[in-house]
Amino acid sequence: MKENILIIGGGAAGMEAATQLKKLGLNPIIVEKSERLGGHIAQWDRLFPAFHPAKDVVEQMLNNVKDVDARLNTEVTDIQRDNNGFHAVLSNKETIDAKAVILATGFDLFKAERKQEYGYGIYNNVITSLEIEKFFKEGKDPRINNPKKIGFVHCVGARDVKVGNTYCSKVCCTTALKQACEMKEVFPDAEVYTFYMDLRMFGPGYEDLYLKTQKDFDVKCIRGRVCEVSEDMNGRLVIKAEDTLFGKPLRMTLDLLVLMCSMEKAKSIDKIQQKLGIANNSDGFMQNKDMYLGMNDSKQDGVFVAGTCTAPKSLPDTIGEARSVAVEVFNYINNK
Amino acid sequence: MIVEGKKKIWADYQKDIPDDHYFYVRSCIRQAFWPGSEVTFLDITRNKLGKDFYENPYHTTCGGIAYHSDTIPQETAMTIIARQFALMHESGYENYVCSCITSFGCYTETLETWHEYPELEAKIRQYLWDSCKKEFAKPKYLAHASDIIYKFRFEIAKQMKYPLVNVKTGKPLKVVEHIGCHYSKMFPSKGFGGAEYPYVLVGMIEAWGGEVVDYPERRHCCGFGFRQYFVQADRGYSMSNTHKKFESMEPYEPDLIITNCPGCPYFLDRWQYVIAEQTGKTYGKDGYGIPALTYEEVAGLVMGYDPWDLGLQMHQVAIEPLLEKMGIPYDPKRKYQGLNGKDLGQPMCPSCIKSV
Repeated sequence: MKENILIIGGGAAGMEAATQLKKLGLNPIIVEKSERLGGHIAQWDRLFPAFHPAKDVVEQMLNNVKDVDARLNTEVTDIQRDNNGFHAVLSNKETIDAKAVILATGFDLFKAERKQEYGYGIYNNVITSLEIEKFFKEGKDPRINNPKKIGFVHCVGARDVKVGNTYCSKVCCTTALKQACEMKEVFPDAEVYTFYMDLRMFGPGYEDLYLKTQKDFDVKCIRGRVCEVSEDMNGRLVIKAEDTLFGKPLRMTLDLLVLMCSMEKAKSIDKIQQKLGIANNSDGFMQNKDMYLGMNDSKQDGVFVAGTCTAPKSLPDTIGEARSVAVEVFNYINNK
Repeated sequence: MIVEGKKKIWADYQKDIPDDHYFYVRSCIRQAFWPGSEVTFLDITRNKLGKDFYENPYHTTCGGIAYHSDTIPQETAMTIIARQFALMHESGYENYVCSCITSFGCYTETLETWHEYPELEAKIRQYLWDSCKKEFAKPKYLAHASDIIYKFRFEIAKQMKYPLVNVKTGKPLKVVEHIGCHYSKMFPSKGFGGAEYPYVLVGMIEAWGGEVVDYPERRHCCGFGFRQYFVQADRGYSMSNTHKKFESMEPYEPDLIITNCPGCPYFLDRWQYVIAEQTGKTYGKDGYGIPALTYEEVAGLVMGYDPWDLGLQMHQVAIEPLLEKMGIPYDPKRKYQGLNGKDLGQPMCPSCIKSV
């Protein structure tokens, strides 16, 4: 009989881990709290750095897990360790016995309204990076009405002591540049500005995207944080920032401001995480056993971690971790 | 503008205020700037609202101006503050209410610092004993005086005679609210509405019938940043801040500015004259300026106090157009009369900004 492996979370990490575990002859069971698999990436239109349609990746991943047991709209409400591994109780009253557990619970998007100075939820034309992806997908958003001047704010809720998140959220820089280019594609006459602290173009093709953003799309990248947003009589946004390269404060009137929201560890897993004895790091993300050789291991026997539950990660990094966690689990089962 | 968003933030930044029995400390500069404000506050709270407010004649400045100007160290400022708290304790009170915004900021900062660094609190306790032989005590509750008026804004509204409404048009007056920086910018949770969208003055304006003006430079400094003003060479920065605010609020045609800081109404008032002198531009209608009043003065006006008893003749910007808009009767002859009808003499009036 194939051993059950409980995977909590049906996003990119959970789906990819399930795919690989199935190939390795185990029986992964995904428990996903939302109504569909795919996680955050399923809400995205195109992916950096090459503007690849997210749909293609998500559809392939979904196809890979079509034979995997998945419980949608379901959460793990309780979990106990027993002699055979783990005994989990689900919100639909079903129980699952599993030899190992993979936490692939991902991230919550930082709630932009917490940075009150940016006026999200107060001023109509302040939107988030997720909402603009929705606009790219669906082609409509009442707030995006032929804007002539657009700003992107990096590091919203990241590298920010004031909100308690001192870490870099890793993917926002590249996402901002991708979205800035896409806005220029949709609105070629618009002036587009990005406000960054420093641009962290760490992956293959990312630096090329940065150059392309400036050379081909004429996006202006300003090194400095936006400190304040308000609204004028015509409903346009008045922002204040500092251009740290020129060493000057600046004020600008915009039609649209996009906030690049950071990742925070998903809160919905807190209770189960506590039951399993998995601690958080000081940044609020889950602790793994070792950041070099034990990145998929937790400090608890039989409990594994993958994806953005341990730190902000790009999609390729997440998929890489999902594949490696499958190998770790396979070895764990075989050595039992 | 999504008003619901603001309401959500306002709901998140609320604080409980005790109903009665307060120890009141005055500002070191407000009595010179706006001599009617604190006495009106005490009259409203004691005699119109029936609250117990006690003043101890031995209280001093909080040391805030010296502290923020880097002329005394933090330990000295804290010892001065500890002495004020000791006076409260000796007087049998535990709810501390201060008139000045900078004092409120200093008291808040001190209490928070003592909470975070108990060893510093112990040091100050010793300093207080060594220097004053007083027993160290901390207030159970700290509030700014505008918090008290905010708390009782609806009770004041019940006694209101002249709401913030233009009697000729029947429309609400357009009111700019300006919050002192030290109210909640350092500790957002200590002020009604937090730091970005403070509610303490908005609540008064709404309760008394006015309409709040939200303009792009709403959060900007009034021009009384200490270093901008105390250093004479920097005063151009002070005035440029004020100028920026007036340029930003001008298109909204505000009838009135309401403030809760000692310095803000002073600079928003006096610099209007200087801007008019230098540029020939005024921001009110027909060559007048925009009156910048304290919240106590506004409370007094809506409750029917005589404008000259409130000390409104101390404002350089003429107040009379506002009184006429609100339908408040006034005797022009009493404007420059002191107590018992004593003639105080009329000041020279500038020609660049209209006066009455």
